[in-house]
Amino acid sequence: MTVPVRLEWIDGRTLEFRCSGDWSVRHGMPSVAEVAAGLAGDPAPGRVTVQARELGRWDSSLVAYVAAVEELCRSRAIPFDKGDLPPGVRRLVDLALAVPERAGTRRAGGPKPLLVLVGEGALRSWSGFQDTLSFLGEATLSFLRLLAGRARFRRSDLMLTVQECGAQALGIAFIISLLVGLILAFVGAVQLRTFGAEIYVANLVTVAMTREMAAIMTAIVLAGRTGAAFAAQLGTMQANEEIDALTTLGVSPIDFLVLPRMLALMLMMPLLYLYSAFAGTLGGFLVGTGMLDLTATTYLTQTQASFSFTDFFVGWGKSVLFGALVAIAGCMRGIQSGRSAAAVGNAATSAVVTALVYIIISDAILAVLLNIVGL
Amino acid sequence: MEPAPPRNGQNGQAAPPPRIAVRNLDMAFGGFVVQRDVSFTVRRGEIFVIMGDSGCGKSTMLKHMIGLIRPARGDVLYDGESFWGGSAGGDGTDHRMAISRRFGVLFQSGALWSSMTLAENVALPMTLYTDLDAREVAEMVALKLALVGLRGFEEYYPSEISGGMRKRAGLARAMALDPDILFLDEPSAGLDPLSSRRLDDLILELRDNLGSTVVIVTHELASIFAIADDAVFLDAESRTAIAHGNPRDLIDHAESPKVREFLHRGEMAATPV
Repeated sequence: MTVPVRLEWIDGRTLEFRCSGDWSVRHGMPSVAEVAAGLAGDPAPGRVTVQARELGRWDSSLVAYVAAVEELCRSRAIPFDKGDLPPGVRRLVDLALAVPERAGTRRAGGPKPLLVLVGEGALRSWSGFQDTLSFLGEATLSFLRLLAGRARFRRSDLMLTVQECGAQALGIAFIISLLVGLILAFVGAVQLRTFGAEIYVANLVTVAMTREMAAIMTAIVLAGRTGAAFAAQLGTMQANEEIDALTTLGVSPIDFLVLPRMLALMLMMPLLYLYSAFAGTLGGFLVGTGMLDLTATTYLTQTQASFSFTDFFVGWGKSVLFGALVAIAGCMRGIQSGRSAAAVGNAATSAVVTALVYIIISDAILAVLLNIVGL
Repeated sequence: MEPAPPRNGQNGQAAPPPRIAVRNLDMAFGGFVVQRDVSFTVRRGEIFVIMGDSGCGKSTMLKHMIGLIRPARGDVLYDGESFWGGSAGGDGTDHRMAISRRFGVLFQSGALWSSMTLAENVALPMTLYTDLDAREVAEMVALKLALVGLRGFEEYYPSEISGGMRKRAGLARAMALDPDILFLDEPSAGLDPLSSRRLDDLILELRDNLGSTVVIVTHELASIFAIADDAVFLDAESRTAIAHGNPRDLIDHAESPKVREFLHRGEMAATPV
């Protein structure tokens, strides 16, 4: 329904707009374009008034309309008279216009040009890269302070984190690694059976688990479980000003919050790696003895023969590195988090994605380097 | 370069520099200027209020003073020593940390460390910076919590107490080391009138008996008139300080009508009807 507003010239200099009928936000609002056109016309009115004798019920729609008209008049320095509008409308309009807009606060709306978007994206990426380097630098300095005995954190925090990312992660690490061992053995068995080489399933599982899969799968599990938790914890602390409180106490948040988390993961990951390698080998054993008709002795003897300490130490070393990377990704995203609930959620998501990218990239680099040195 | 300390004209003896001197401070986020060219001084043992309308940058000013945000221009001097420009090397973080150990800060939200009990929150500064043994720390913690009316809440976690109690516990933590300078960001917000009054009394006691200098961000007019010795008014519109003085003088003699209006409204509200 269109709300009736009529513009009338009276005495040649005054523009009067007449409001009548019922005004309701549910039924829409008239545009002020007609009034704007009237104000911009030639000759321009010397005064604008309102006539509301036939006004029925009204609500915020009328207040918004009158306020918009009054603002138009102010912008053109034309006197505005609220005429016989109800006192309630007059008071609400005065209240709405009482505090002027602060200069420089309004943001431009609408879509940004492509070049601006590209430029902003590039600046964000560069800033993110600098933040990452800065965080890595601070974390390295913190480790040096630890070695010099000057890093300050609570031992109880370290122990709690060790428990959370160690003992409490055993269940999920066991299930995932057992299933990966089963899958490797099963896929291998299907292929190797065609050559009558089922016995080599033990080699496949042992080498794959000790050299690659135990470290990778444990790191992925911890990235999703612990890295995200680190980011959420630190992000929430950022939002609650808890990190500011540490800073003003003269305590480095990196020493106090990041260092124990990094230490805990770097200590627990090698242990989880051992556990995971065992679980994966057990998965291969179950397929070998249950599906391939290999005896337990045969399978274990073949596993022992294919086990290499080189593979073991490569996998073990990777687990330490991946632990550090998961901790860095989680803590970095948490420390860099914004101060809202949405920002904390984004930090947790970003921590997992960052950790996975770091793990895969570093594993690829290690694969090339180890190949070059013949390991 | 640090300015030369002022001298007493007659005998030429060096007067001690003010406890805090904010010099030509510009506060900005990117290109958006929050406040520009703000200067004021806080004398030793003074209760100084930073007031102003909502969104004018009061808390941001406090964060510049305690080292959480680097100013776009200007400096803050503590006992004549530059806070932002006085580093011998590096980015000056160690220098600022050394100065900030003299601060006690109550944040707007309380900012208690959520993984620690109230006792652990208050005890942490003591275990880091004093040689007190566990028993002594426990006794000091009990005293600080009792001073803010939280006796018996030592083993509670921040999530188990109300917002007002969290704020009071934050004050107990800020007072843990009897700091030279106490920064309080909206200490009365969220407190009932009696607790608010009690907090004002506590701030006065801390100043009178421990000699602490107190900087408070607030727009609680009852508190301002009850305890402030000096104040600065930050204006959101002109984005600079438009008044500096004792609020009881400013209420009728401030040049800016906005400041008089701000302070008068409180007086009217405080008058029994």
